[in-house]
Amino acid sequence: MENNTKRYWKGLEELRNDASFIKSSEKEFNAPAEGDVSYEHLSDGTGSHRRDFLKVLGFGMAAVSLASCEAPVRKAVSYVNKPVDEYPTIANWYASTFAEGGDYASILVKTREGRPIKIESNKLSGASKGVSARAHASLLNLYDIEKLKGPQKGDAAADWETIDKEISEKLSSIAAAGGDIRIVSSTILGPSTKAVIAEFIAKYPTTTHVVYDTNSTAALVEANSRSFGKAVLPTYAFDKAKVVVSIDADFLGTWVAPETFSGQFAETRKVSSAEGGKREMSRHYQFESILSLTGSNADYRTAVKPSQSGLVVTALYNKLAAKLGGTAVSTPALDVPNLDKAANDLIAAKGAALVVSGINDPAVQVVVNAINSLLGSYGVTINLDSPSNLRQGNDVAFNQFVNDVKGGKVKAVLFYKANPVYDHPRGAELAAALPKVDLSVSFGDRADETGSLVKYIAPAPHYLESWDDAEPQAGYFSLGQPTINLIYNTRQAQTSLLKWAGSAVSDYHDYIKQYWRSNIYPKSGQTDFAQFWIKCLHDGVLELGGAPATAGATFAGDVAAAGQAVAKRYKASQSGIELAIYEKIGVGNGALANNPWLQELPEPVSKACWDNYAGVSQKTATDLGLQQGDVVKIEANGKEIELPVLVQPGQANDTVSVAIGYGREKAGKAANGVGKNVYPFIPVVDGFISFNGGVVTVAKTGGFRQIAQTQTHNTVMARKSILQETILGEYQKDVKAGRFFPKIHTSEGPVDPTDISLWNGHEYKNHSWGMVVDLNLCFGCGSCVVSCNAENNIPVVGRQEVINSREMHWMRIDRYYSSDAEVGNYSAMEIASENPEVTFQPMMCQHCNNAPCETVCPVLATTHSSEGLNQMAYNRCVGTRYCANNCPYKVRRFNWFKYFDNENFDYHFNNELGKMVINPDVTVRSRGVIEKCSMCVHRIQEGKLRAKKERRRVTDEDVNVACASSCPTDAIVFGDMNNPESKISKLLAVEEKARAYHVLSEINVRPQVSYLTKIRNKERQAAPKA
Amino acid sequence: MQVTSPVRTPLVQGGKTYADITEDICRHVEAKPTKEWKMAFGLSLLVLAYGTYCLAWTWWEGLGVWGLNKTVGWAWDITNFVWWVGIGHAGTLISAILLLFRQKWRTSINRAAEAMTIFAVICAASFILMHMGRPWLAYWALPLPNAFGSLWVNFNSPLVWDVFAISTYFSVSLVFWYIGLIPDLATIRDRATNKVSRFFYGAFSLGWSGSAKTWARYEYISLILAGLSTPLVLSVHTIVSMDFATSVIPGWHTTIFPPYFVAGAIFSGFAMVQNLMLITRVVYKLEDYITIEHIETMNKIITLTGSIVGIAYITEFFIAWYGGVEYESYAFLNRMGGPYWWAYWAMMTCNVISPQLFWSRKLRRSVTWTFFISVIVNIGMWFERFVIIVTSLHRDYLPSSWTMFSPTMYDIGDYIFSFGLFFTLFLLFSKYLPVVNMAEVKAVLRSSSERLPEKVGGVAKPRATVVED
Repeated sequence: MENNTKRYWKGLEELRNDASFIKSSEKEFNAPAEGDVSYEHLSDGTGSHRRDFLKVLGFGMAAVSLASCEAPVRKAVSYVNKPVDEYPTIANWYASTFAEGGDYASILVKTREGRPIKIESNKLSGASKGVSARAHASLLNLYDIEKLKGPQKGDAAADWETIDKEISEKLSSIAAAGGDIRIVSSTILGPSTKAVIAEFIAKYPTTTHVVYDTNSTAALVEANSRSFGKAVLPTYAFDKAKVVVSIDADFLGTWVAPETFSGQFAETRKVSSAEGGKREMSRHYQFESILSLTGSNADYRTAVKPSQSGLVVTALYNKLAAKLGGTAVSTPALDVPNLDKAANDLIAAKGAALVVSGINDPAVQVVVNAINSLLGSYGVTINLDSPSNLRQGNDVAFNQFVNDVKGGKVKAVLFYKANPVYDHPRGAELAAALPKVDLSVSFGDRADETGSLVKYIAPAPHYLESWDDAEPQAGYFSLGQPTINLIYNTRQAQTSLLKWAGSAVSDYHDYIKQYWRSNIYPKSGQTDFAQFWIKCLHDGVLELGGAPATAGATFAGDVAAAGQAVAKRYKASQSGIELAIYEKIGVGNGALANNPWLQELPEPVSKACWDNYAGVSQKTATDLGLQQGDVVKIEANGKEIELPVLVQPGQANDTVSVAIGYGREKAGKAANGVGKNVYPFIPVVDGFISFNGGVVTVAKTGGFRQIAQTQTHNTVMARKSILQETILGEYQKDVKAGRFFPKIHTSEGPVDPTDISLWNGHEYKNHSWGMVVDLNLCFGCGSCVVSCNAENNIPVVGRQEVINSREMHWMRIDRYYSSDAEVGNYSAMEIASENPEVTFQPMMCQHCNNAPCETVCPVLATTHSSEGLNQMAYNRCVGTRYCANNCPYKVRRFNWFKYFDNENFDYHFNNELGKMVINPDVTVRSRGVIEKCSMCVHRIQEGKLRAKKERRRVTDEDVNVACASSCPTDAIVFGDMNNPESKISKLLAVEEKARAYHVLSEINVRPQVSYLTKIRNKERQAAPKA
Repeated sequence: MQVTSPVRTPLVQGGKTYADITEDICRHVEAKPTKEWKMAFGLSLLVLAYGTYCLAWTWWEGLGVWGLNKTVGWAWDITNFVWWVGIGHAGTLISAILLLFRQKWRTSINRAAEAMTIFAVICAASFILMHMGRPWLAYWALPLPNAFGSLWVNFNSPLVWDVFAISTYFSVSLVFWYIGLIPDLATIRDRATNKVSRFFYGAFSLGWSGSAKTWARYEYISLILAGLSTPLVLSVHTIVSMDFATSVIPGWHTTIFPPYFVAGAIFSGFAMVQNLMLITRVVYKLEDYITIEHIETMNKIITLTGSIVGIAYITEFFIAWYGGVEYESYAFLNRMGGPYWWAYWAMMTCNVISPQLFWSRKLRRSVTWTFFISVIVNIGMWFERFVIIVTSLHRDYLPSSWTMFSPTMYDIGDYIFSFGLFFTLFLLFSKYLPVVNMAEVKAVLRSSSERLPEKVGGVAKPRATVVED
């Protein structure tokens, strides 16, 4: 075809090719001629084009469709003026004081951007050691959205002026008329608060301060008064005792100051395999009805019924008196195991022995005093001259108070940190009588069981919003300072009392400062109050030291009379099922029950959470035809509760145990309706509340309620590579006693599993983070579990999900009972002994060097760090759960649901206030990903950065993981195994060839976590246990 | 082509001619859907709809709606996955391995078996997606270039091997199946009376002309694909078994798994083929194509593979004892006598004992018994995977973490989903595509000169004097 050179024109303009044509030739459409209808005035003058139209249309469509997708609005408000000392992402630490009832801990509070997010123990404190699970968890109560937002009059909101005016007027008129006024509280540790109360009493002289404790030791105080003329609660030195005998005192779990006692007791349980190291341990006997945490850790434990417990004390006394020269008391013969042995050991350890009892009966306590006196414990293991203030309750006085209210004698009552309607056996009577009282005020944070019956609620803020001080032990002071502004319109009870008393100083901060200036500062011997105050505030504690222990105290009690009283009240054998009431470590007396962390913390021994239950031994269960979960009705004195049965090995036969602290009705959504309230069953004997519930009837109702337990299999199935334990005698002969060395058979003969590997291993050039867990020092208290929850934003999943075995705890404490079965008889090995030996094994990610999880993840979401950590990249995880399946330790947790902003998981991830507890350094995991212990990698990072800024190497001081830092016994040691100066390196250097072992060493996954063998101070190896 | 002895029973009976075959098979494609088909299809859709609801809820709420827990991270999901993959083995085995072995009897059943394979693999793949915590990120398991820096898949992970194995298997099976369909699609196209059919069958038959050259190429490609598929038949389930075999969990960590799984897969796959073919045969009146001889031959394979599986079970036990590993021996004792003993004994009864019944000639030639035992075998093979996965996991190393697993309605509903999906696809296939490979069946039809004296009907009785080829 020829080239066509013809040209065609659209018009003459193109042919002419004039300037106006060229100008407009690029345009698709010609501009309308002058004078035509123009829309130019609507545009910017350039004219609108088809493409512009399409662009606008496209943008519009995109914008509309984008706008229709709801994008969550996240508010991030920057500081307009940066607060002094507040650096975003840098935590500030404040020393403060946790004091709830008799629970005390000197604490450090970590705040981030003005929010308290973590509680740690204050190492400067001598009066308390460690932080209990409850103290850790108390942080969450700060962010409880159900708290009252301001004062209330009746059911209606009021303002402070109104209620101040009305209450002051009423108080004045009542006082003027000579009407009785009562301030009812639990134990108050604060000297300033007591001064405030004194000032209040001065203004209204008809006022009496009534103190009660739910877990009372009033009988012990009474006994000391009878025995020594000193009505005090002594301090104990478990660290100085070579033999400890405890009769129903759960001193490692719930009795008086368990963290401190744990720390002391651990000192006597610590051994070292070093040349010439300490290879002595105390010996611990426990006589008790329930299997308590303390009993679980005892070398010898005897189950006795509550009705026998008093006789254990008298029998023990008689045995000691026979050898040490005392007058025997008449007592029914009691034949229980280990009593003779305990007596002999006590005698051998005379001068370094300790006998304690948790029985709230003055007669029993007098005999205990007599025993300790015979053993020369006073001045050594018991100090009456530096008394403890942790229990100041006076049962008799409170009993009288209830009578007075009922009798209409009391005209005004103020409840401070007290909820007796719920937590006193006579709560129902009080509830009935309270409306008759002219003026009733509660300082509670909500209309709880008592608060809902009072006329005014003057809500006091959480302790982390408050000023306070404490004197837990004579001469040991501590300060509590607010770590956050008041969240709601609340006011400290002390301020309210000062206001109503018309005090000159109505600001409690000023008041405390003044009190310290005039009362404590002079004793300190310092010269500058401002300096003194700043130092005290910084340290949190001021320890002037207690009076030195006396050489002893002369027992002046009437042991014969006490013996008679005991013989009368207790019986060597009694038919019927007895009710043993106890307190659980997590929920405690129920004051902090509205706390999801505590509710989900498994009870260390039963591993049950979100419930209380009727614990019975296997034999009793069989006798009564009960299975675990069967609902029984417990009846006594016309009161009844229905609870599911939990079969508890080790519990005394023919007893049923029920924990207090449950069955709250007006505590808030986490606690309401959880469990049943057993307080009404507590007998008040001679004015003293007694946890011996007496004989009850237990009847099967036919109902069933599954108990949520985090561990449902109880025995270790004779798996020696999991638990390695021995007895002291063997250990003294051979530091490797109890160790298990698996071998793998090859053609060249048996070799160590570590000698065969497919992998090349990892090289850690800089750090190698690791952990050592001393099974001998872990008593299983669970403080680490809550500490880990708080540190790592671990979701609470609730009762049903725990039943579904989906709790999210990164750190758990496995509890194993021994079994009497022959090894190999597997079905029998599943059944625990009647009185089992118990072992606690903290279990978290082992950070394996040959990690089974790492090889199987298809997307490399879990990888190995260059510092020995097994890391989890949540963002990369697609959720196949292969890693969790392949984890031999089963420490990986899957986010089965979205646990935040989900109405089905209404704990604290569900509202703006609750979320303030979230640690901003740790990702909140989304649905569908795996999570697990990171060895607090964010803390490691922080510590490394600190060291780097200071141009030095990281030391133990820079980094500690949340679990290790919370352990009252230092059972968990964390550190850099590449640093020869670190504590862990030194410990491993000693124990590597002795007690240290890796769990499941035969599969050669080479964990970074080692365990040290458990050693029991028993006479000889018991029969092979499964 | 080999010479076939006239004394052998013909593979196609009823004295069919080429035209008969075309007519018999195409009839179902061309006719209007029957009432039975509509009912069956409606039922499948209903099942699928219920399953889809359950699946939607699973994805909306999270995997927590299943009965899994901290210890048992896989249960029905992976059981179903392995079960479906196993079922998906028969098709390729029949079309590829039997092609290479020149087993001519396969021609009547390979089309449906391959279709079944493809649908079963689709069902299996749905469980891969389903079991993920964040299924919308499933593509991260593919080694795709990405903007996430140097992020890549983990080539150590058997799950990544699975991704390769199954996607390869699926694509090769699909291509193989489709290539085999082309001549038949062309036949339907040529017979089509309406435009729509002509268009679609015409498009999918890719301009098949039926020339000698085309046929030659068809033969070549079939052979090549058969060669490619054959290792896949063995590799897919080998790799699936490595999900377990490479782990450290007692009861999973076993070197016997690859052959054991492959045998099990063929076992269950043949059983499923039996189930499907027996129904199709009756409904479509294909008794002359899928004869008792076919059924009997397949039953023999079921007995063989069932016995291999049985030996594998016993070997596992022996090794658990002989190996002297405490955890492994416990895992196996726990299977037999632990809380899930019933699952173990269900598996043993269904998989080891039931196929042995086929030693009886009467039973293995009985359509009813074949159908019944095939169902039993598939139940047994499901339990096998359940036993391996759940009883190994629920009591592994640390007794503190031992738990039980029980399914929820969503575990069941999501399994039902896969049935709905499978039967919907299979019914669509059986309606719109020729269920028997006409072209290949024609190739095994005897020419008129080879026909037996008893021309019409009946099975030729083997004579005493056999002249073998």
